[in-house]
Amino acid sequence: MKELLKGNEAIAEAAVRAGLEAYFGYPITPQTELLEWLSRRLPELGRTFLQAESELAAINMVYGAACTGARVMTSSSSPGISLMMEGISYIAGTQVPVVLIDVMRGGPGLGNIAPSQGDYNQIVYGGGHGDFHPIVLAPASIQEAIDLTVEAFELAEKYRAIVVVLIDGSIGQMMEPAELPAMQPLRKQKPDWAVTGAENRERRILSSIYIDPEEEEKVNLELLEVWNEIEANELRYKEYFMEGAELVVVGFGTAGRVALSAVRAARAEGIPVGLLRPITVSPFPVQRVKELTELACGILVVEMNSGQMLKDVQAAVGGKIPVEFYGRLGGMVPLPDEILGEIKRLCYEPVAPSANPRISWMQRLDSHKN
Amino acid sequence: MVSEPPVEIVYQRPTTFTSTTTHYCPGCTHGVAHRLVAEVLEEMQLQDITVGVASVGCSVFAYNYFDCDFVEAAHGRAPAMATGIKRVLPDRVVFTYQGDGDLASIGMAEIVHAAARGENITTIFINNANYGMTGGQMAPTTLPGQKTTSSPAGRDIEQAGFPIRTAEMLATLDGAGYIVRRSLHDPKNIRKAKKAIRLAFETQVRGLGFSLVELLSTCPTNWGMNPIQALQWIEDHMIPYYPLEDFKVAPSIEQLRV
Repeated sequence: MKELLKGNEAIAEAAVRAGLEAYFGYPITPQTELLEWLSRRLPELGRTFLQAESELAAINMVYGAACTGARVMTSSSSPGISLMMEGISYIAGTQVPVVLIDVMRGGPGLGNIAPSQGDYNQIVYGGGHGDFHPIVLAPASIQEAIDLTVEAFELAEKYRAIVVVLIDGSIGQMMEPAELPAMQPLRKQKPDWAVTGAENRERRILSSIYIDPEEEEKVNLELLEVWNEIEANELRYKEYFMEGAELVVVGFGTAGRVALSAVRAARAEGIPVGLLRPITVSPFPVQRVKELTELACGILVVEMNSGQMLKDVQAAVGGKIPVEFYGRLGGMVPLPDEILGEIKRLCYEPVAPSANPRISWMQRLDSHKN
Repeated sequence: MVSEPPVEIVYQRPTTFTSTTTHYCPGCTHGVAHRLVAEVLEEMQLQDITVGVASVGCSVFAYNYFDCDFVEAAHGRAPAMATGIKRVLPDRVVFTYQGDGDLASIGMAEIVHAAARGENITTIFINNANYGMTGGQMAPTTLPGQKTTSSPAGRDIEQAGFPIRTAEMLATLDGAGYIVRRSLHDPKNIRKAKKAIRLAFETQVRGLGFSLVELLSTCPTNWGMNPIQALQWIEDHMIPYYPLEDFKVAPSIEQLRV
């Protein structure tokens, strides 16, 4: 049954129903409703909720709880995620499963509390120091956020990895009809690596320290092997209006959703344009973008940042077809008409493949201002 | 025929220790502190239900020496990690083993809030007045005038401020159940330290809130002393600044005889 649900609360309840055993978090707009929802729900179910003294403490509490094999989660928004980078790296190095919800807001610095996609780099290419990749899922609706939150726990446990559900403030704050999953029973079995007290078994140590570089290299290679497996098996993306599309728009999350409105409007006018919306932005659908260079004559990347995913698209395209960019920054959300304008411009004005899409986009932004 | 007198073992390695040789410097009292914790875990039969949390500093490899489940925390975050473990496994015994740089500098927020929440964990806090692992830099516990590699002219309180009396500060928090300071500089004080560690773990198993034992400890290598001089330095310089007292003891622990 569909209900009218607010994004942050829907994600929180989806996690509860997926068997979340413990949540540790810190208030920050625009994700706070998630923490508030769990502060009521988890205790009434006899599960663990704790408001930490900082994001730094929250992620390290999550790290500790994850070491016991419990299903654990935390959530935050961009500046708080920056503080969590330390813990994320340790969690990756220790290979314990954790789910992290990032409700992105405008930055850098304190920025603002408006929706943004400025964390793409810090999550997809960051996650703290060292060599590893988090799995990053980018839903574009509340229903998808619910479904991917449930899936995030499964992926985290399957690969003993950190899985980030990357949304922006608008998905966190908006309400739309969506259906929650059924309540799953809590897992009874602890995984065979969990640290729980060495009763009737050999003792276990969970750590991210490998003081011998040869050992650390082995662990890094192990992480890389797991990542290769993830890349091979866990790619997810959605395509819309791709039949006969000569121009393909690429956008994730809210930018992808707004782009879909623009693509639909363009199709109504007879413009042959389609949309690729990556759902896993890490791993990124590199192969699919490569295939698009054979099918389409141009790509338009739309983001709510200065083109952080653009680089991944460009790398996959390899200069074979022109790639253009349109972005809004600092908490601004593009309107469908702005993207429609870009689609039309690309249909009528040929683009030189050598042009720097970021510079030409900035020049167009300037001309709009004037 | 005269029979051999029966052999009585009066001293041996606690079963809660692994057979790994420690990496600590000669004369360092980390080994003594480790042994006291191991003895208490053995006496209280906690080995199988204990999860230790190692920290960053000289005791980073503590998990190699205690024969129980262990995790290794990021610098300063051991109390947060211990909180995560204890909250999902409330029937387990969870302890952190942290030095003064880890606990009283980078991890000050985590230890204060763990104590304030009355987190039912035990912290063994080694105060040796410097950062040992990185080669003897100034710590939050370095005494006024004390020379370290990052205060070569001696700690200048005008510029670097004052050392922190951690135990006294944490004892002001209502969530704390047992907060004391002891020293490891002679046998009498080592016996007192052992009893304090026992009472700290008793506090935890009785659910009486946060417990911490601050142990004044030597660092002969970085202090530039031989082990005997270092023990003497604790008595002459550290104890006057860091008094050996009970700062907070839950009433039912006060009455406990161990």
